[in-house]
Amino acid sequence: MFKDVAFGQYYPANSAVHKLDSRIKLILTLVYIIGIFFVKSYFGFMLTAALLIIIIIAAKLPMASVLRSVRGILLLVVLTSIINLFMIKDGDVLVQWKIFVITKNGVHTTIKMVLRLVLLISGASLLALTTTPVELADGLESLMRPLSLIKVPVRDIAMIMSIALRFIPTLFDETNKIVSAQKARGASLDTGNIFARIKALIPVLIPLFVSSFRRADELAFAMDARCYNATDKRTKMKKPKIKFSDVLAAFVVLSFFTVILLERYYFPSVGINIDAMIFGGLL
Amino acid sequence: MQAVEIKNLSFVYSKGTPNEKLALDNINLSIEEGSFVALIGATGSGKSTLIQHLNGLIKPQDKKQSSVIVGGKNAADKKTLKTLRFEVGMVFQYPEYQLFADTVEKDVAFGPKNMKLPADEVSRRVKRALETVGLDYNEFAERSPFDLSGGEKRRVAIAGVIAMEPKILVLDEPVAGLDPAGRAELLALIKTLQKEVSPTVILVSHNMDDVAALADRVVALKDGRIVADGAPRDVFSHRGLIMDIGLDLPTAARIVDKLEKKGITLSKRIITMAELKDALLSIFKKRAKKRGNNMGYAQINAVTDGDKNADKNVEERDEASLVDEKAKGDESSPVSDEKAEGDGAKDENDSGSAGGGEDV
Repeated sequence: MFKDVAFGQYYPANSAVHKLDSRIKLILTLVYIIGIFFVKSYFGFMLTAALLIIIIIAAKLPMASVLRSVRGILLLVVLTSIINLFMIKDGDVLVQWKIFVITKNGVHTTIKMVLRLVLLISGASLLALTTTPVELADGLESLMRPLSLIKVPVRDIAMIMSIALRFIPTLFDETNKIVSAQKARGASLDTGNIFARIKALIPVLIPLFVSSFRRADELAFAMDARCYNATDKRTKMKKPKIKFSDVLAAFVVLSFFTVILLERYYFPSVGINIDAMIFGGLL
Repeated sequence: MQAVEIKNLSFVYSKGTPNEKLALDNINLSIEEGSFVALIGATGSGKSTLIQHLNGLIKPQDKKQSSVIVGGKNAADKKTLKTLRFEVGMVFQYPEYQLFADTVEKDVAFGPKNMKLPADEVSRRVKRALETVGLDYNEFAERSPFDLSGGEKRRVAIAGVIAMEPKILVLDEPVAGLDPAGRAELLALIKTLQKEVSPTVILVSHNMDDVAALADRVVALKDGRIVADGAPRDVFSHRGLIMDIGLDLPTAARIVDKLEKKGITLSKRIITMAELKDALLSIFKKRAKKRGNNMGYAQINAVTDGDKNADKNVEERDEASLVDEKAKGDESSPVSDEKAEGDGAKDENDSGSAGGGEDV
């Protein structure tokens, strides 16, 4: 019944971003995340947001799906911004009440931190929204390939990863079934204090463990029956190829990264001037 | 009194996403107390979604339009939800996968304990439930449910539900994955349960023979809509509809269809092996009488020996139309006659091994 609930956030759509090579997407997401930490001015943040919006439009994603992933870290954002706001004490004092001091510097740092967190999570969620878990696992395997030179069992790790991903919806399904069955027998899982709740989980967790082991056993037999590990080198059915769109995507994100670096280290005045131009006296 | 009263019930999975799926489409259904209703339909037709509404595991999405009243209680009402769940015993598919306790007794006692019954009442119910499902209390109470055989596990799981002594019993594919002996025993058990514990039974099944033998009403679902509702005999006589739903006919009805192709026309309302046997025997007797005393007669007597009431059964049945003899040219086709006789004899064996020569 929960088969239609895709694992994670994958949002199916027919777009160029969805079709990008998953390795490229992984690397570019990493570049984007590193890039965000080099952003210093409001101008830089605007640039990042612009890039993000372009990708969202190209991926044919609804804004809500991206914002949903930001909702998950809302508490973290609120807490850290409160701490930042009151802990930074240097710079011009704006408001002072007893021991609580808010400085101009604190406000700027807080705003930038919030922007950084939101852009970071939205960017990372774009990867999950446009790439299926299986593609991700394939991409990771491919990127980790060099590690096999130092005897890291990359193939096995990749197989473990894909099996784990594959079984998340299955176990989710199973959990739901068991929860329903126990609820039908009058179990209450969401009432009482923390100890009562932990105790109430036992009738769910034990059958879940039992069935996980049973499934693991069955899967091991099935893999064995199909000669898993009988040969040294397994070949792949789908060999990923770098396409023109992959190169184009790499070019866009790398240019973004370069601009951010240039702005921070070589032309800091550009960012400051643009910030001043837009926000004027507010700064 | 109505045990279940469902009005305008629709349900959509993953509403507002690209995976949106309409599971139930404006269902209206009421189930009389004391009836045995079989819910049939292909995989994904909405059966599971429908039954989960009965004890509030799924709440109606549109609270204004639709209502689910079970045993006089609104299934959407939070205050009576617990009581409702004790009144509607739900046995899910492969119920043995929900066993968790270290002894059979503790597992069966889980439901009654959640009902906050006094200890002596709990143990009385556990004993009664185990004995109802055919497990000896003294032998099984202290054993671990994980050490039992598949069939025993399933019985323990069902005991865990009937220990709550629900008024309505809902079973989702209860015999799936059991061996033939286990199936027959469990089906007989369900009939007993209806007499002794839960007067109203709702059975989800893909096995049309079971449905024909047990149910007094069949509700067929397709794509979340009720496409047929009536006595099994009536529903199964609509051959095209059953095929359209993606289901099969009872074995007896399939044999009727095959015999028709061979020129022996029987009633489309035959759904059990016992009825089929009676209908065939009465044809043979008529033919034998016409033909006078010859070898065919002796054979028929040999077949009838096991069931001396066969004659009476046929005559008593008010649906005299069960036998609808069209094929007149007996002598012209000895081959088809012989074949039909062979089938008749085989049928008796079949119905004998299925453990039921009884009529519906």
